[in-house]
Amino acid sequence: MDNQAELPVTPASRFDIDLVVNGTRHRLAVDARTTLLDALRNRLHLTGTKRGCDLGQCGACTVLLDGRRINACLTLAIMARGHAITTIEGIAADGELHPMQTAFVEHDALQCGYCTPGQIMSAIGLLAESRGTDDATIREHMSGNLCRCGAYTNIVAAVRDAAARDA
Amino acid sequence: MLAFSYAAASDTASALTLAGAGSGGAFIAGGTDLLQLLQEAVIAPRCLIDINMLPLSDVRVEHGSARIGALTRLSDVADDPRIRGEFPLLAQALAETASPQVRNMATVGGNLLQRTRCLYFRDATVPCNKRQPGSGCPARDGLNRINAIFGGSEHCIAAYPGDMAVALIALDAELLVQNTQGERRISLADLYRLPADTPQQETTLAPGELITAVLLPPNNAAQHSHYLKVRDRASFEWALVSVAVALDMDGSHVHQARIVAGGVGTKPWRLARVEEMLQGGRLTPHLTRQAGDCAGDGAAPRAGNAFKVPMLQRAVERALLTAGGVA
Repeated sequence: MDNQAELPVTPASRFDIDLVVNGTRHRLAVDARTTLLDALRNRLHLTGTKRGCDLGQCGACTVLLDGRRINACLTLAIMARGHAITTIEGIAADGELHPMQTAFVEHDALQCGYCTPGQIMSAIGLLAESRGTDDATIREHMSGNLCRCGAYTNIVAAVRDAAARDA
Repeated sequence: MLAFSYAAASDTASALTLAGAGSGGAFIAGGTDLLQLLQEAVIAPRCLIDINMLPLSDVRVEHGSARIGALTRLSDVADDPRIRGEFPLLAQALAETASPQVRNMATVGGNLLQRTRCLYFRDATVPCNKRQPGSGCPARDGLNRINAIFGGSEHCIAAYPGDMAVALIALDAELLVQNTQGERRISLADLYRLPADTPQQETTLAPGELITAVLLPPNNAAQHSHYLKVRDRASFEWALVSVAVALDMDGSHVHQARIVAGGVGTKPWRLARVEEMLQGGRLTPHLTRQAGDCAGDGAAPRAGNAFKVPMLQRAVERALLTAGGVA
């Protein structure tokens, strides 16, 4: 993180910030109220990160901040300045799907797909936490992501499978 | 969201200055509750003071005592092997708090100060004495399934929703609080106020004061503690009833018992009567049932939350059986 240099120590309502998303630095003018989710979708046009509830309850907006999963709707863009943000658009490498994306495709771990980017980012975050990969652990630690289609059975299978390949 | 300004504090002194009298400022750290309150126009601070740059996010454990910086993320406390070893009750309560994403963001200090989930407080279109003093309390005769059965007043029956504070009070936690005059140390149990006729005043913190650390004394109950959370779904849900049990035991003999309940009080609710029944006794299924039976003494349930009385009684009994290794 490198935000110390331009710490906004005086109260203001608009700021020029650097957002580092998927390895690319973007200079943005934002309102103090702009959430990270709004900055990603409306300003950077990275619309893979979804808006569901805007209250941290559904997990559709899950992204990684410095490698840890968070809800992009519950943080302000200004607070994410300088941190490394990873979205669903940033996980495939050289045209190859991320293994978690492949597992979701192979296990048909979705119906409408709206929650899927959040599910995948959350699952990548989960594997990085090394918590074990039995079904009960996966279910408990994927509880921050809702799927209204009810694809949970296949989501658990996909995460389990990706974890086994990751090991 | 209503307009607000924002500033990042570079150190504690500048945070306290920015939050000084008349600033209309609110501290923001994890932001997980604050953003919800802003999104729904429940609060309207003039300025948000970001304290994430302050050096308050470390966990120290020495000679059995712990000092947890107020900016430590809940997941970092829950996963800390020293906390899991010395204070398993705390680790357990945190593991059952919110979701993994929220635990990665939310801080210890902010979690203690989270606002109630009362439906009327969270809906800016209806009256609420806590949000708008004097406007009335629709919860008393309205949808009060999640509201408090202890500590309410005619003005407010909003339940304190958190898990961590319940466990911390069972562990005799104290807080370090910083203000422009210096530092003070208070018992966590003394942080929370009853609503009485000023439900808008939830804590004993003065405006602009900052929680900097949670202090835990050595824990004699590490082998015999349990956090039981009863909720509408298996995970990522607030407690309808929760019970933190910390027993200092010698064999089956109970030296000291600390029993605190969540989801049932307008603040984390210490069950003194249950503690008295256990203290000096032998923890048998008979005693745990008797102790559970008196857990609802003094409750004042409303139409929608009377179920919490028997739920609390049996949750206390079950938590005692588990903590004592009797079950």
